[in-house]
Amino acid sequence: MNTATLASPFPRPSAPPRLRVLPGFRLTLGYTLAYLSLLVLIPLAAVFLKTAELSFAEFRDVVTAPRVVASYKLSFGMSLLAAAINAVFGLMLAWALVRYSFPGKKLIDALVDLPFALPTAVAGIALTALYAKNGWIGQFLEPLGIQVAFKPLGVLVALVFIGLPFVVRTVQPILEDLDAELEEAATSLGAQRGQAFRHVILPIVFPALLTGFALAFARAVGEYGSVIFIAGNLPMVSEITPLMIITKLEQYDYTGATAIATVMLILSFALLLVINGLQAWTAKRTGRDR
Amino acid sequence: MAGATTLRLNTAGSFGQTRFEARAATRETPLVKWLSLGTALTFFAVFLLMPLIAVFVEALRKGWETYLTALIDPDALSALRLTLLAAAIALPLNLVFGVCAAWAIAKFEFRGKHFLITLIDLPFSVSPVIAGLVYVLLFGAQGWFGPWLAEHDVKIIFAVPGIVLATVFVTFPFIARELIPLMQAQGKEEEEAAVVLGASGLQTFWYVTLPNVKWGLLYGVILTNARAMGEFGAVSVVSGHIRGETNTLPLHVEILYNEYQFAAAFAVASLLALLALVTLGIKTWIEHRAAHAHQDLHEGQS
Repeated sequence: MNTATLASPFPRPSAPPRLRVLPGFRLTLGYTLAYLSLLVLIPLAAVFLKTAELSFAEFRDVVTAPRVVASYKLSFGMSLLAAAINAVFGLMLAWALVRYSFPGKKLIDALVDLPFALPTAVAGIALTALYAKNGWIGQFLEPLGIQVAFKPLGVLVALVFIGLPFVVRTVQPILEDLDAELEEAATSLGAQRGQAFRHVILPIVFPALLTGFALAFARAVGEYGSVIFIAGNLPMVSEITPLMIITKLEQYDYTGATAIATVMLILSFALLLVINGLQAWTAKRTGRDR
Repeated sequence: MAGATTLRLNTAGSFGQTRFEARAATRETPLVKWLSLGTALTFFAVFLLMPLIAVFVEALRKGWETYLTALIDPDALSALRLTLLAAAIALPLNLVFGVCAAWAIAKFEFRGKHFLITLIDLPFSVSPVIAGLVYVLLFGAQGWFGPWLAEHDVKIIFAVPGIVLATVFVTFPFIARELIPLMQAQGKEEEEAAVVLGASGLQTFWYVTLPNVKWGLLYGVILTNARAMGEFGAVSVVSGHIRGETNTLPLHVEILYNEYQFAAAFAVASLLALLALVTLGIKTWIEHRAAHAHQDLHEGQS
């Protein structure tokens, strides 16, 4: 009791009035909220409200129709696979860009962002041309009995293209900041290079790698433009979920389209939360600001 | 979602050894180095470089004449005009929003700030198809405002306003996401000093904040522009594909391609690929400039 009174001889002043020196808080925040609500929040709410017009049984029937379920399997399966491929090769590419010097490195570093900048429709027709039976790559795969264009494998190729920069660009800065002393310490303690990579480098990079994986996956699930040209779009075989929404819309089945969109939106929101969590984990692990 | 697109300040050069190669402990044996480098570069060549080259090769397959004919086709020109128009409207709208959002979020403390940042990120994680769908639900013939719009003879869906709305949606977060972390890192002491010395809010922003964030802002602008001109899925849903009226360049590529006019489709696509290359070029230049500004600042302080 005594120590408490001794520690604060002066009566605690009530919380000081918050002083804002800078102007424009109400204006900018108000504008931000209004613009966000009008263009994003209210339109997205329309999806849920439109879906609410359906009874639960109707909703269930639409979103679990065999053709729709086949599209989930394709979209999610191929997106996971593409993100996994990107995690492996994206890490290698980031590693090569950080660790080694080689001619053309700056150019390659800049071109890694190509999938961000290249319109998806352009990527779609270019990949289709490459992997068609007589294409630059397709002609070598054809004799091996591997068909890519107009098959589910084509979806995978397009999604790998789309997702690559997400992994490279999340992993690269972490690799750049890595302390060489850590590996020196590992080596002087008797670790092989492989052991140092597995036990020293990988644990540091892992949260960022997982973030890149999740970003690539999230992008791949919603991707449309690059996929539809190469997929062939056969019902039950190579139709992605975003295409199902388009198909329903073209049949003027607005509620059907919206019900499928609801399923995708819920997944997107869940992924967004996971990604935010992962980024916080990365920041904590490496002491970097996001 | 913006994590992968934010401006990087890469100060490492490409010539000479990297700092990892300079040390014995972090140097690989030549076998490991060439194996991993070879795999990485092969992957890069197959998945990124070849599609890019294929666009230009296919575009010129039937010669320059076909190429130019495809580009000066009236439908292609009207698609180009609409693409430029949509970008010219979406860009300033999202620029003003981005600056306002970054000012409110970076310079002031309020509850729910992180939640607001997450909401601003939303359009990144929504499929472009859904971005188009939401406006059909609001403004389409069967939409909430559909009957009212029909009565007043206003067309949004299957018309230019719908294309602009969809473009604004998909490019919504880019500029805000570039500016928020930059302006947060800058703190607010400099601005507060300016205001105490008698500057108005706009003067403070123009002379104090803007010079500090100009590279990030420019970066956000070129990303927004590239995405606005290249968007396909969202625009496809609201466009209605009316030739010469509601076709953007990416949609025009699709139509030509589906009509088996491959050379023409790739010719138009090569324009968009050039746009992408220019964007990447400017981006690299900005990163270079920003890294130098960053270095100068740090050398000045020490």
